[in-house]
Amino acid sequence: MKLKNKIYLDYAATTPMDPRVLKAMEPFLKEKFGNTMSLHSWGQEAKEALEESRGVIADLMRANPNEIVFTSSATESNNLALKGLASANREKGNHLIISSIEHPCIMESAKWLEGQGFKITRLKVDKYGLVNLNDLEKIIKKETILVSIMHTNNEIGTMEPIERIGKICKKRKIYFHTDAAQSFGKIPINVNKMNIDLMTISSHKMYGPRGVAALFIREGTKIEPLIHGGGHEFGLRSSTINVPAIVGFAEAVKIAKREMKKEGKRLTKLRDKLIKGVLEKIKGSHLTGHHKNRLPNNANFWFEGVEGESIVIELDLLGIAASTGSACSSEKLQASHVLLAIGLKPWQAHGSLRLSLGRWTTEKDINYVLKVLPEVIQRLRVISPFKPWEK
Amino acid sequence: MGKIGIYTKKVIGHFKKPHNWGKIKNPDGIGKVGNIVCGDVMWLYIKIGKDKKEKEIIKDIKFETFGCVAAIATSSVITDLVKGKPLEKALDFDRREIVRKLGGLPPIKLHCSVLAADALFEAIYDYFKRQKREIPEKLLIAHQRIAKDKAEIEKRYKEWTKIEEKMRKK
Repeated sequence: MKLKNKIYLDYAATTPMDPRVLKAMEPFLKEKFGNTMSLHSWGQEAKEALEESRGVIADLMRANPNEIVFTSSATESNNLALKGLASANREKGNHLIISSIEHPCIMESAKWLEGQGFKITRLKVDKYGLVNLNDLEKIIKKETILVSIMHTNNEIGTMEPIERIGKICKKRKIYFHTDAAQSFGKIPINVNKMNIDLMTISSHKMYGPRGVAALFIREGTKIEPLIHGGGHEFGLRSSTINVPAIVGFAEAVKIAKREMKKEGKRLTKLRDKLIKGVLEKIKGSHLTGHHKNRLPNNANFWFEGVEGESIVIELDLLGIAASTGSACSSEKLQASHVLLAIGLKPWQAHGSLRLSLGRWTTEKDINYVLKVLPEVIQRLRVISPFKPWEK
Repeated sequence: MGKIGIYTKKVIGHFKKPHNWGKIKNPDGIGKVGNIVCGDVMWLYIKIGKDKKEKEIIKDIKFETFGCVAAIATSSVITDLVKGKPLEKALDFDRREIVRKLGGLPPIKLHCSVLAADALFEAIYDYFKRQKREIPEKLLIAHQRIAKDKAEIEKRYKEWTKIEEKMRKK
């Protein structure tokens, strides 16, 4: 999986598939093509692979296999969690709590529910992106049916105190959902210890194929499906089962289980070297997110006097893949809501750069980035009329 | 024509090696457009001279830009398009020339070409003003439109920060 002369530092966007995953999928793309609903041996072979995969994935989060519902994407899982739970619990209450830095699929689902008569509270975060637990306790009322707070933020990598959030929700008898698309397979998660009732996980963020994700739904949770049909996935998600993708997802989980601990340490070390190097070498550079409470593979900065899209394209020309929350890079020409929520001004968010590391990132890659990034920033700065770092 | 990401090779060429960037010492006019609050900022410096027929021309032009790839490329290309050209002609500058010269821009980046043309108009406006000369109607209209947009954005930004501060105090 050596990417020739290229350095991919956008693992938070998507990951390349591990060759071992592809190998595990192959038979199910070829001769083992059966439909899990068929009674014959082709069908039963597929069904067996589906249930085995469900078990593998449940095991990594300490859930029961029958608590895992496969979907097509983390976006779908998050939609199912919010809309499915809200519509099934309407008689209990109409209030939902989310954070102000959730992924757009949570933000937009919540907005849609607002249009259906539900009330949404968007919890503020501090400058690191952390929600305040006192705020949460205060805002919960008897109409509250669901709290949905992400495990780790996709842009700034901040880890939310979900174990304590889970505790609060359990005490107040409210469902707790967490979007763990970025963290599952990278850091340990125990749904029981953390009192999680629903959890979104994604395959393509952890070296599995695209087109498959899952939602953990604790047994006994009242929830309605979004997609009706032949009654697949315990009636919660009808659709012909995407067996090859699910088998690939499970293989990715198996690998993660074996390698997570070592890989987490390795990436943390590389990440810290990258952060330290950037802050030291580039004047007027700032780390966003928490310095310690963050995903092992996430580094996010903003640079004074430079615009993020320009940095990303310049890095791309040098063979490095990165990403930005700058308004210039978005379809709506709006700065990232996450960066604004942690208190960055639009002109600061303008200069943001996310570098996310992964399985094939080497120390050599980090050294190369630390060599060229200061030059990139410098070149863009000299043609800018603002020289705030010269002050 | 080949593309690199969302941009044409020509855009990338100008972005990588922009023409005429930097400051002009003692310029005859400066055009400052854009707003750091919501997007790109371009400053265009011009120096006015005369050709053999004693006609005013843009003798030199330089830019300083804070912004995205398209903002830098449009800044660079506009300096190419008007450098050495008669001032009179520059008043009729059509921003579509920028887009043509770059082999196209993504639709969401077309506003960068507007910004570059505005910077040119503002620089010439500034020149006329410094010379205490009568300002051509076209330039005046452009200047008023640009000033109005600027005020609007600043007003919106002030309101926005006020709301934000209030929320923080709560």
